[in-house]
Amino acid sequence: MPKFNVMANHLVPRHSVMTHDEVEEMLSTYGIDRTKLPKILINDPCARAIGASPGDVIRIERKSPTAGTSLYYRIVVEERSVP
Amino acid sequence: MTLYQYIPKKIGKIQFALLSPEEIRKMSATKIITADTYDDDGFPIDMGLMDPRLGVIEPGLKCKTCGRKVDECPGHFGHIDLAMPVIHEGFTKLIKEMIQAICRTCGKVKLSEERIAKVRAKVDEIGDISYNPFDFSSYAARVRADAMGVGQCPYCGETSRKITLDKPTTFREEGHKLTPKEIRERLERVPDEQLFLLGINHMVARPEWMVLTSLPVPPVTVRPSITLESGDRSEDDLTHKLVDVLRINQRLQENRDSGAPQLIVEDLWELLQYHVTTYFDNQTSGIPPARHRSGRPLKTLAQRLKGKEGRFRSNLSGKRVNFSARTVISPDPYISINEVGVPIPIAMELTVPMRVNEFNIEQARGFVSRGPDVHPGANYVIRPDGQRLRITDRNKETLLEKVVVGYIVERHLMDGDIVLFNRQPSLHRMSMMGHEVRVMDGKTFRINLPVCPPYNADFDGDEMNLHCIQGEEARAEARIIMRVQEHILSPRFGGPVIGAIHDHISGSFLMTHKRMLFDSEEALHILSRTSYRGPLPEPDEVDANGVEYWSGKKIFSLILPDGLNIEYPSSIFTTEEESEEEDSYVRITCDEEGRSHLLSGPIDEKSIGAFKGKLVEKIVRDHGTERGRQFLDDVTRVAITAISLMGFSTGIDEEDIPEEAKQRISETLDEAEARVDTIVQNYNAGLLESLPGRSLKETLEVEVMRTLGRARDRAGQIASRYLGLKNSAVIMARSGARGSMLNLSQMSGSIGQQAVRGERIQRGYQGRTLPHFKVNDLGAQAKGFVKSSYKRGLKPTEYFFHSMGGREGLVDTAVRTSRSGYMQRRLINALEDLKVLSDRTVRNTSGVIIQFRYGEDGVDPARGVRSDAVDYGDIINNVLKEAI
Repeated sequence: MPKFNVMANHLVPRHSVMTHDEVEEMLSTYGIDRTKLPKILINDPCARAIGASPGDVIRIERKSPTAGTSLYYRIVVEERSVP
Repeated sequence: MTLYQYIPKKIGKIQFALLSPEEIRKMSATKIITADTYDDDGFPIDMGLMDPRLGVIEPGLKCKTCGRKVDECPGHFGHIDLAMPVIHEGFTKLIKEMIQAICRTCGKVKLSEERIAKVRAKVDEIGDISYNPFDFSSYAARVRADAMGVGQCPYCGETSRKITLDKPTTFREEGHKLTPKEIRERLERVPDEQLFLLGINHMVARPEWMVLTSLPVPPVTVRPSITLESGDRSEDDLTHKLVDVLRINQRLQENRDSGAPQLIVEDLWELLQYHVTTYFDNQTSGIPPARHRSGRPLKTLAQRLKGKEGRFRSNLSGKRVNFSARTVISPDPYISINEVGVPIPIAMELTVPMRVNEFNIEQARGFVSRGPDVHPGANYVIRPDGQRLRITDRNKETLLEKVVVGYIVERHLMDGDIVLFNRQPSLHRMSMMGHEVRVMDGKTFRINLPVCPPYNADFDGDEMNLHCIQGEEARAEARIIMRVQEHILSPRFGGPVIGAIHDHISGSFLMTHKRMLFDSEEALHILSRTSYRGPLPEPDEVDANGVEYWSGKKIFSLILPDGLNIEYPSSIFTTEEESEEEDSYVRITCDEEGRSHLLSGPIDEKSIGAFKGKLVEKIVRDHGTERGRQFLDDVTRVAITAISLMGFSTGIDEEDIPEEAKQRISETLDEAEARVDTIVQNYNAGLLESLPGRSLKETLEVEVMRTLGRARDRAGQIASRYLGLKNSAVIMARSGARGSMLNLSQMSGSIGQQAVRGERIQRGYQGRTLPHFKVNDLGAQAKGFVKSSYKRGLKPTEYFFHSMGGREGLVDTAVRTSRSGYMQRRLINALEDLKVLSDRTVRNTSGVIIQFRYGEDGVDPARGVRSDAVDYGDIINNVLKEAI
């Protein structure tokens, strides 16, 4: 079966793994630590496509009709925390 | 009262654990052995369910355990020692998993030592990172599942047997019944150091405690008995249930001790299990609920907590309040939208605390001297030591002398006080707004009509609630953020939710459409009720006798704020070409002095209507909420005065159309029916070609529906050609005041196809809807096409089909409200702890970020213009206007 790359679809926003410095800068602008970030599962198709590993922070650049581009950040986790 | 009750404490941690039998006995004030409660003299029996050591419920008595009086003694637990162990109903699932996860002989968890070491490491890791109890419980569930799947004990080699759970509390091992006693013994064998594998913290719990050997008896304060008027005692449901438990427990013990047959003992044991189970939860699936003598199911522990009437939703999330009032609402177009009319009797019952200082002491004394029975009076004074004194006619003179600076006077509600006003269901924030009080005669709350849409209120008997604010901070918040005028623009779509309705729209339309003229008396009369102060402008027309006339547009322009520049199509706008002739395009511009003028177009729903009013929206946005409120108050009054001057009424004869029109409509409909007949013939002859993706039958239905729908529209068009803007019903429909052109064409033209589930009517007898038709008739009439108009009246079959369609509508609304209500509840429960912070992030109460910028763009929809923070089009428009 050919491998399907979700990132190629135009509806999927751009996902990228942030560098350590970028993460620290982002965390300090919001005044938070990693536990306060939204999560993304390691087996999420997008996280897998960009080869993220647990603990990485993914930057998601979404196109928005009202805001131009909006940024969202998610920390990669291994499993769901709430049942 | 002791001091410790007043010291506030902060909760650092909450831990949930199981009660061990020893703990239950240790915390027990007494063992309960008799099922009886009171003796013949009415005194509680020792070691009975109402033992005085369990706390006091009668005033005057002292608690035998702690010595305190009613309300001071918190009550004390007792306990029942069960003759045989029983399963705790709440833990059956967990017990089943644990029994399967452990070896049936050696009691060890069936996992290899390597696996155990891994789990240990993982558990420590979870504890280090988050200490989230959910992390533990979901992980523990997976470990348990792993152990349950192991077929042979890795330590003693015993093969596992299959355990089944017979709901609610019977366990079987390959068909053989496991008694609670056996289960308890097995659970006892699990070593402490292996409990973490089952998800249990061995410091606070042991699995065998899920099988009860002793039962805590809640204090009497938890299950108070009530004395009826007749002197009889009526016991709480919990007490009744505990009596049952005790009775069976006693019998079981006697039978067991006297060596009764195994069968009898087992029966009693099961009965005890039943009673203990229903004592915890009387709605356990699989067993009949325990009932009261009257047949009512008992309300036991779970029922006290669960659901809408349970402790959480009814007593903790929802509390009853003081300083509130409720009565029927009725309209008053002459108060402001910011106001609410309050009847005098309510104003004299609700009070506002007023702290006496040197500036208001005279005023405060005035309230006290008038007492509780004269309107701006007072009901209570509160001394600086906190003592409340009721003002009566007899003591008001003495109290008057006592009132000095530092006292608080609870004075009556007065004009100008701000109160919260609410109508259920409170679906959005506009369901509860701040209003200024206007004390009035009568017995109803009065509201102005433009605030009906946000409350979804009408006056067919609706009641509303009013809450009188008691604190200064709350009062300030209500005035600044909850006042009606602050809610004219809705956060839902950025447009006005408060605006003119019904007659306001008809009135302003009549007044401003084309060139409606008023003489000076009329013009002054209309303006007399507005905030406009100034002379009449130059008249628009002077007739041969020298009488001056003003156009409605000119009068209306006077209440507009200065500096408006706006144009848009009105509700009656049809096409660009006709807009001049129809006077349907609204243009408002300002002159050199800045005064705004309505140059063309009528003021109708598109200008001032609730949900649609562009003019209201613009004024609120550009000139502020205060000016917006004033404009709304003015427009509605102008419109009401104008419509009263001009007169306006409608009747069924407005839907009369000439004979020739009726003829043409009936011809059109006959034609359509004939066409349907041909389609049906073609279908029967197999000549119909099916549409892509549809069966032949579906194609037929689509074709027929389309033909008949078009016929209905044609009939409506013919009818509306005779219904011009002279017709009141048409004025209301076109201006957006009430009703639609479809309603009118159904009254004068044809009602059209009736539908159930979006299809022509199919149900009824075999092959036909009613006995009036031939079997397998697929024609228009036979499947629910209503040719008649409401005016002409329906034929019996048509009437029947129409009722079917109507009934579906009713059922739909009933179903929809309950379903959407539940959806809303779930949504609100999920979102209630989110808030937007000053950095425009959205976070929940634990600080987790939900959105990095509110709504991705950080724009408040109530302040932005169609999701943009700034209205660029408007700015360009204004600049261009200035350039000219």
